[in-house]
Amino acid sequence: MSNLPKTAELVIIGGGVIGTSIAYELAKRGMKDIVLVEGDTISSGSTGRCGGGIRAQWSTPENVRLAMASVERFKSLESELETELEFEQGGYLILAHSDQELQQFESNVKMQKSLNLDVDLITPSQAKEIVPSLNIEKITGATWCPSDGSINPFLLNFAYARAARQKGVKIFQHTKVIGIEHKAQKITGINTDQGKISTNQLVNAAGGYAGFIGKLAGLDLPVVPHRHEILATEQINRFFKNMIMSFEYNLYFRQVMDGGIVGGQTNPGELPGTDIKSGLTFLKEMSVKLTHFIPKLKQVKVIRQWAGLYCTSPDAQPILGKIENLAGYYQAIGFSGHGLMLAPRTAVLMANCIADPDFQDEDLSRLNLDRFKHGIVSGERSVV
Amino acid sequence: MKDDIIICRCQDVTEQEIVDAIKKYNLSTVDEVKRVTRAGMGHCQGKTCRKLVEQILSRELSRPVSADQYTTLRPPTRAVPLDLLANAEQSFDKVVSRGRGGHNE
Repeated sequence: MSNLPKTAELVIIGGGVIGTSIAYELAKRGMKDIVLVEGDTISSGSTGRCGGGIRAQWSTPENVRLAMASVERFKSLESELETELEFEQGGYLILAHSDQELQQFESNVKMQKSLNLDVDLITPSQAKEIVPSLNIEKITGATWCPSDGSINPFLLNFAYARAARQKGVKIFQHTKVIGIEHKAQKITGINTDQGKISTNQLVNAAGGYAGFIGKLAGLDLPVVPHRHEILATEQINRFFKNMIMSFEYNLYFRQVMDGGIVGGQTNPGELPGTDIKSGLTFLKEMSVKLTHFIPKLKQVKVIRQWAGLYCTSPDAQPILGKIENLAGYYQAIGFSGHGLMLAPRTAVLMANCIADPDFQDEDLSRLNLDRFKHGIVSGERSVV
Repeated sequence: MKDDIIICRCQDVTEQEIVDAIKKYNLSTVDEVKRVTRAGMGHCQGKTCRKLVEQILSRELSRPVSADQYTTLRPPTRAVPLDLLANAEQSFDKVVSRGRGGHNE
């Protein structure tokens, strides 16, 4: 049986990159007696199933700022966490397929540039210079941000977990949360299948299961899980280092450091749910699109396909920080498929807000749950 | 010599790399070893190495070999060329006309 402690200063629910990075940042700020519980194993959920892309090319200023600050953190994380993370700034090439889409990209780029992001609208032939194998037949233009990039999601997640452990965080795997106790609008403890922990503070970092954890605390959170599918090919000689994305044709793909092509899409009409089975339809559709954009991939073989959950929020932006009427409850949820790339900055903001009740940050308050009280004004549009 | 012994032949992972990863990251399952070292992520998806990895885990952690610790085998069972799958679907226009993803569009 698990030797779960009876009490904790704070319990983090979720052993993905969000939970482990918050654990690390809090321990770094001197918090003692932090317990992290994970229902399965480290990186078994969305973190370990994602494409590993890192981009700051977003359509909302909050996402751009969070991502830009995260990229800055990524640059120094390998030395701070003392391990190789396969972080690489290979750039993101986002393809446009109509004049209308180009106009939307133009306004995105304008906003992104005003936040000092190095990004440009480029022509199809310039895109071909960046990726010579790219078929530019159906492309009207693209945006290019050379500081965007990628990282190995597993290594990042395990590195944060290791660094957190080294600073005293106790991590319990195979420990499922089955209840959350609160009294007089204050968190008092959590119940797991391995025993109870009394605590006055918890962080919901449960990814695809964040809504379920919210329900245990009596909260009706505006997040839903959606399955997203992805595949990997055999290793071939590396011929491009950047992520290629198309919103119109609904895909993203890159060639990872070890040589395989990894690419995914959002299945049209996917219903909310936690099913993460893989399907043949996805495999066929991705193959059509991949071989269209990079014809030389035709003979390359698919070796694996899998799926994972997006924790989708109403405006495709994360929901961060504390909430009204339940003291001691914190959340970092609703990343809508982009938790990995936003994790480093999110963890810093979350740790600051938990460690210091007077901490103020513009993005943190804009991304609070209370933004939905008056309806949704506008959301992130640049999503696959 | 542990650094001479290849455990995962598809991804060239040695016994020493697996032992080091287990110690460095407190790993306790075949799936975790797969995520950190890539052992079992290649062509054969660990048909050979996952049993060996479990044996190494058992030895390093002084616990019995566990039959339910084997990693997930993912489709496709055999590697399939992209154009074979693409031809089964035929038309690019048909595929993209199924519409954009993005839940909020």
